[in-house]
Amino acid sequence: MNHIQNAATAHDEPVIQTRKLNLWYGDFQALYDINLNIRKGIITSLIGPSGCGKSTFLRSVNRINERLGYVRIEGSIDVMKQNVYAPEVELVQVRKQIGMVFQRPNPLPISIRDNVLFGHNLHNRDQKTSRSEQDDIMEAALRQVLLWDKVKDRLNHKGTSLSLEEQQKLCIARLIPVKPALLLMDEPCSALDPKGTEAVEELIWELRGDYSILIVTHNMAQARRASEECIFMLMGKVVEHTSTEQMFVTPKQQQTADYIEGRYG
Amino acid sequence: MFAQTKLNIHDRHVQSLVRTLFMLMTALLILPVLAILATLIVKGGSMISWDFLFSDPTDGMTAGGIFPALLGTIWLVAVALMVSVPLGIAAAIYLSEFAPDNWMTRIINLAIINLAGVPSIVHALFGVGAFVLFFGFGTSILAASLTLAIMTLPVVIVASRESLQAVPQAFREACWNMGATRWQTIMKVVLPNAISGILTGVILEVSRTTGETAPIMFTGAAFFLPFLPESVFDQTMALSLHLFVVSTQVPNVPEALPYGVALVLISMVLLMNSISIAFRMYLRGKKKW
Ligand SMILES: Nc1ncnc2c1ncn2[C@@H]1O[C@H](COP(=O)(O)OP(=O)(O)OP(=O)(O)O)[C@@H](O)[C@H]1O
Ligand SMILES: [Mg+2]
Repeated sequence: MNHIQNAATAHDEPVIQTRKLNLWYGDFQALYDINLNIRKGIITSLIGPSGCGKSTFLRSVNRINERLGYVRIEGSIDVMKQNVYAPEVELVQVRKQIGMVFQRPNPLPISIRDNVLFGHNLHNRDQKTSRSEQDDIMEAALRQVLLWDKVKDRLNHKGTSLSLEEQQKLCIARLIPVKPALLLMDEPCSALDPKGTEAVEELIWELRGDYSILIVTHNMAQARRASEECIFMLMGKVVEHTSTEQMFVTPKQQQTADYIEGRYG
Repeated sequence: MFAQTKLNIHDRHVQSLVRTLFMLMTALLILPVLAILATLIVKGGSMISWDFLFSDPTDGMTAGGIFPALLGTIWLVAVALMVSVPLGIAAAIYLSEFAPDNWMTRIINLAIINLAGVPSIVHALFGVGAFVLFFGFGTSILAASLTLAIMTLPVVIVASRESLQAVPQAFREACWNMGATRWQTIMKVVLPNAISGILTGVILEVSRTTGETAPIMFTGAAFFLPFLPESVFDQTMALSLHLFVVSTQVPNVPEALPYGVALVLISMVLLMNSISIAFRMYLRGKKKW
């Protein structure tokens, strides 16, 4: 796989580093020899036709694939230089350090306030946070996702009562108080209307720099607008990993060019 | 282009025929229920009074009230609930939230379904063997209630498990993905959203035990007792058994008396059901997802 160009240079710290990652669902191999260095502090988008293994890759980074029971993995995935599949790893910490945003917004059926503080209260039970400290944390998180002004007067309403766009922002907001090292997003805009998509995209772009973000998308324009590096996958393999600009202007691989021009649908 | 064809007319006739037929069948179904209620009210309604509800039976149970039986039934059902509800909910939580999907779990589920079909007289015999004799509780409220509890356990488990499984999986996953353990997820999200359904379902199912006669007859309910029970180790009278006794075992009972007892019994059941249904409707109106 020497044709894969790793955009990360030697002194750029990777947030995710995979070595010979292979994954099987039962007998079906979904990922083949994935070697990636995903850079810290930037937005990387993951594109490719349906069924090429984008979600599978994302889900293996925070180890939610293994809930299925019939998933087998070989190779390694290091997040911040630590193998998440090492035996001594505590799953709760993996989930805390690696936040995930799903295609369908999944706020909890509790108040907006409790939604934002859910992770924080869960992981900081050993030290008491006063009510006003909690309020500050919540406000900061909601401000960061550009939701504060809209919901500040109804913090006691249920998170599930918001519009889809607001729900998705809330789902991002609730990750912020636990200060995750990495955010994974699996088509975070595809359940939203164009206006919502734009708003959430804008928000993700705002988070750039503060967080390392890996985002799966079906939307070429979105990948192009809202990411700095881009990974193209095809049938379980990584075809190309370069800066977004380069991928959309002068892709190295013919397959990438074909896909970008819409020849795979 | 949009005109009706012969086939359309035919289809419409078939549909209205089917609908009428099914409506008639439904009407036939609720007829017996209405008939029972009407009979009880007509024949036993005159019995119902403050005195009837709150005084002791007199004249060899051919006159007076039903207070000891009424109180006894409340005792029996309350104690049975105190046992079966926590046990049943715990089992349902285990089965719905923790149990791996393997043959063990499947066998347990199968056993629960089958247990629900065991005739109540068999439970009665089990209750005599286990609680009255083996554990030495004697014929007592405790033994009778435990027998009722065992009998209702399967339905409590099934009703609770259904409520738990009605909580969308997305909520659980959202919690897990933020690092919550299964237990934290259950406490913070699953139970708060299922508990109303669990409780209403449980009340609805368990109200049926109010009318059970066989399981309590050998384990703790007495034909007639001149005193009220003071603890769970006492025997007690019970409405269902009292109804059986005054209808078949005691001579010269005025005709209205058994109907009056039956009316009280069925009113208790209906009351519990309506409370639970009202509660459920109230909660359903509040739920948004
Ligand atoms: N739970 C599963 N069990 C078995 N096979 C699965 C499972 N999830 C995904 N697969 C298979 O693995 C392959 C990759 O699926 P994956 O969901 O990762 O694709 P994707 O790139 O995310 O597609 P999409 O763009 O449609 O979301 C597909 O062939 C799919 O059928
Ligand atoms: Mg996917």
